[in-house]
Amino acid sequence: MREREDEWTGLMRSAISGDGAAYHRLLKAIAPVLRAGARRGLARAGQPVDQSEDIVQDILLAVHLKRHTWDANAPFAPWLFAIARNKLIDALRRRGRRVFVNIDDFAETLPGEAAAETVSASEVAARLESLPARQRAVLQSIAVDSASIRDTAAKYSMSEGAVRVALHRALASLTARLREQ
Amino acid sequence: MRMETDQLIRTLAADNTRARPVGFVLALALLAAAPVSLLMFFTELGVRPDVMTAMRNPFFDLKFAVTLALATSAILVSLHLSRPEASMRGWGWLFMIPAGLLVAGISSEMMMPQRLPMMTRLVGQNSRVCMSAIPAMSLPLLAAALIALRHGAPTRPALAGAIAGLLSAGIAATFYASHCTDDSPLFVVTWYTIATALVTAVGALAGSRVLRF
Repeated sequence: MREREDEWTGLMRSAISGDGAAYHRLLKAIAPVLRAGARRGLARAGQPVDQSEDIVQDILLAVHLKRHTWDANAPFAPWLFAIARNKLIDALRRRGRRVFVNIDDFAETLPGEAAAETVSASEVAARLESLPARQRAVLQSIAVDSASIRDTAAKYSMSEGAVRVALHRALASLTARLREQ
Repeated sequence: MRMETDQLIRTLAADNTRARPVGFVLALALLAAAPVSLLMFFTELGVRPDVMTAMRNPFFDLKFAVTLALATSAILVSLHLSRPEASMRGWGWLFMIPAGLLVAGISSEMMMPQRLPMMTRLVGQNSRVCMSAIPAMSLPLLAAALIALRHGAPTRPALAGAIAGLLSAGIAATFYASHCTDDSPLFVVTWYTIATALVTAVGALAGSRVLRF
């Protein structure tokens, strides 16, 4: 466990200094751990665990949009689990549950438990529909159609810079829309 | 349109937009809001006319030490709390600095011979201006601080909002202190504290709404 968390810290340090591949690996590595933690939290609150993917996606979005608040000299896991707990509490509150989150829901996860099935997120999908057309088109192109930033730019006759900006705004407004609910 | 988690991860990795550190954004926001508060100060209040003489009075100077210590401590704590895993442990003592300065001021005033009785010094002449001017000048600064802290990730939004209130009240009180002719630490501990508490409450309330992420 210790080893796993040290590896995350190393990956995040590389990611912050611009290593996109390390960032991708890190997000892939934490997703199953977040999924297991979200399932445990939902189960404890008596909620169907198949909603866990929405929570996982919200945590990943928050990790991404708030990554500048991580102190590169501190370990990554406590920062990650603080964000994860915050998002889990938020999700349970929106479901009208009296919230009772065990602080170890995320940290305790054993690697073996982590292989839970991926179920599509429906809440995030609904929020996607309400994005401005341009942002949604860019997000659709990159996320769903797996196009590169360059191809997306060509397809919509935008500059690559404009695509990057639209993509970032789309990701930020996915979270903002959640907050407004 | 659906998005699988793997697709989201790939997309996040493709977005290499760099965000500014919270401290930088907070500095910019406060620099933008301070002129608004200063404009309020110079149109409505202004520096007291005898300021050159007043500066030779240590109790006049003490007001600035207290308010600046409050503002500085609150800035440091609010930046700390903008990290999700942060707690107040080990940070609360920073607020003992302005409080300690005030207590030291009160006790040294007690030991000196005074022309005016204690209650007169405490009640002063400007309590109503003090209690309205500090909160009014705080508001632009509080709004700016909250906007900047939204850039962070505070997991205790009401607490972070309260600290933003202390921060803005500390700066506003620094401006106000140069106008006010009541220099007794007894006046400061009473009326500045009430004004600051008011702004802190507003900050906590606003923070619990706008600082969730």
